[in-house]
Amino acid sequence: MTMIAQDEIAALEKLEAHIRKGLGEKLADAVITHGELTITVAPEAIRDTVAWLRDDEGCLFKCFIDICGVDYPAREKRFDVVYHFLSLRLNQRIRIKVMVDAQTPVPSIIDLFPAANWFERETYDLYGVIFTDHPDLRRLLTDYGFEGHPLRKDFPLTGFVEVRYDDIEGRVVYEPVKLTQEFRNFDFLSPWEGTDYVLPGDEKADQAGKG
Amino acid sequence: MGEHDIRNFSINFGPQHPAAHGVLRLVLELDGEIVERVDPHIGLLHRGTEKLIEHKTYLQATPYFDRLDYVAPMNQEHAFCLAIEKLAGIEVPRRAQLIRVLYCEIGRILSHLLNLTTQAMDVGALTPPLWGFEEREKLMVFCERASGARLHSSYIRPGGVHQDIPEKLIDDIEAWMETFPKVLDDIADLLNENRIFKQRNCDIGVVDEKEILDWGFSGVMARGSGLAWDLRRAQPYECYDEFEFQIPVGKNGDCYDRYLCRMAEITESLKIMRQCIAKLRATPGDVLARGKITPPRRSEMKTSMEALIHHFKLYTEGFHVPAGEVYAAVEAPKGEFGVYLVGDGTNKPYRAKIRAPGYLHLQAMDHVCKGHQLADVAAIIGTMDVVFGEIDR
Repeated sequence: MTMIAQDEIAALEKLEAHIRKGLGEKLADAVITHGELTITVAPEAIRDTVAWLRDDEGCLFKCFIDICGVDYPAREKRFDVVYHFLSLRLNQRIRIKVMVDAQTPVPSIIDLFPAANWFERETYDLYGVIFTDHPDLRRLLTDYGFEGHPLRKDFPLTGFVEVRYDDIEGRVVYEPVKLTQEFRNFDFLSPWEGTDYVLPGDEKADQAGKG
Repeated sequence: MGEHDIRNFSINFGPQHPAAHGVLRLVLELDGEIVERVDPHIGLLHRGTEKLIEHKTYLQATPYFDRLDYVAPMNQEHAFCLAIEKLAGIEVPRRAQLIRVLYCEIGRILSHLLNLTTQAMDVGALTPPLWGFEEREKLMVFCERASGARLHSSYIRPGGVHQDIPEKLIDDIEAWMETFPKVLDDIADLLNENRIFKQRNCDIGVVDEKEILDWGFSGVMARGSGLAWDLRRAQPYECYDEFEFQIPVGKNGDCYDRYLCRMAEITESLKIMRQCIAKLRATPGDVLARGKITPPRRSEMKTSMEALIHHFKLYTEGFHVPAGEVYAAVEAPKGEFGVYLVGDGTNKPYRAKIRAPGYLHLQAMDHVCKGHQLADVAAIIGTMDVVFGEIDR
């Protein structure tokens, strides 16, 4: 698993050079790590990039694999939208990354790959990334009438509402989450390696130091 | 009756319908008995697996993968372990690789047996599931004997497999492989030339190569149309490159060809298992890459303080995986099952995206079902091999 054959790397580097030439200025970045090629493009360029990668004779990334979001709250453009494609001809995979913030929409690639439909809906549902020209951008995985985007890092694991069937009212009712015990999110990071938070109670010591 | 009186009829299929294979709600728009539009509503089994994984250590996250496609649990955890190993750069011992291959093929038989027999049930046959489930039960006993659990085994671990399998278990698996082909032949006798089964499956849900690529189909959904694409052959992982097996492909790309593909794949899986058993007997050795990410031997823990500390640290804090991102895919029974794993150098995954094959198959329901009869919807759901554990996540 760890030993990635030299010829595979060479093939990837060749592909990278070809893509660099083909995409020109649209390409913001291209790296090869762990035997996988990742390219970064601007949100406006995603449709052209995907179409070019699909149709170019030297690429033929015709098989749709995946679209997903990743959240980095510390960044200004906090979301990565990550596309995966597969080329059956080259037997290669490619990863395309687009960085956006919560307001900037990403052009939908649904007319290039109809399979993108649910993946874009899912990314909207879980992260709140908006896709323009998507015909049906409804929520997909979460409950009917759900609020918020659960896979964002600032969304608590327990959520905000819980549901139960109410016998008296004869329907499902939504209530704020009540925990009989506070949710225990253990911090396993070693204190010797340095933590970036203040332990409960320690804030006083800090104030005393200032005062 | 004037023309303005004719309108399409909408019905709800599911969420509680025996042919929906779980909690699928389809909103069907019908013109007479012809399906005009299908709107699948999924998410009724959404458990937030990906969110939960972000809050668990790598080792604690592994069992969530059993609960995705609960019909063939080990294939899923295999994908996750491959992703971790790729990111952390770990070499798996050979015996562990062979055991993984053996149990992944058992998983494939488990899944195909369930799928093709319940598909027969969806179109009216009652006997195949009874025969198939008897064999599945025997296979699940093999899983239990290796891992202690029939279904949610959590057996494949980062760096190898949890425990070695005893010699007797290998003998019993071999003995089972002697009797099983007879059962498979019996099921084939019931279905292959069965008039009703063929009428319900031939020329139903035909997909061609362009559709496969556009909609991202994989596994039997792709091979049924003659596209010989199998990750075990095309991008070999583990030690699949040293096994001899065929990739069965269909010709017409309809439900019947996919049924035949699955039948043939079971036979191929048996071939792989047979070679695997021969190799296992010739390959003694450790089943875990000993190091930071795997527990120390029990015997060491009795005498070595460091081993005891390591054990404690591993099962509380877990191991740290270097920062980076990888995509690891396996040929699961249902198609390409992939895990996109982002690590940030801590003991918890930063993001784990699960790419389930059934998700892409189901989203093409509208495309594939359009123009078919209402009764064919059940046959198409059956042939797509959907399991809601992995689709809703």
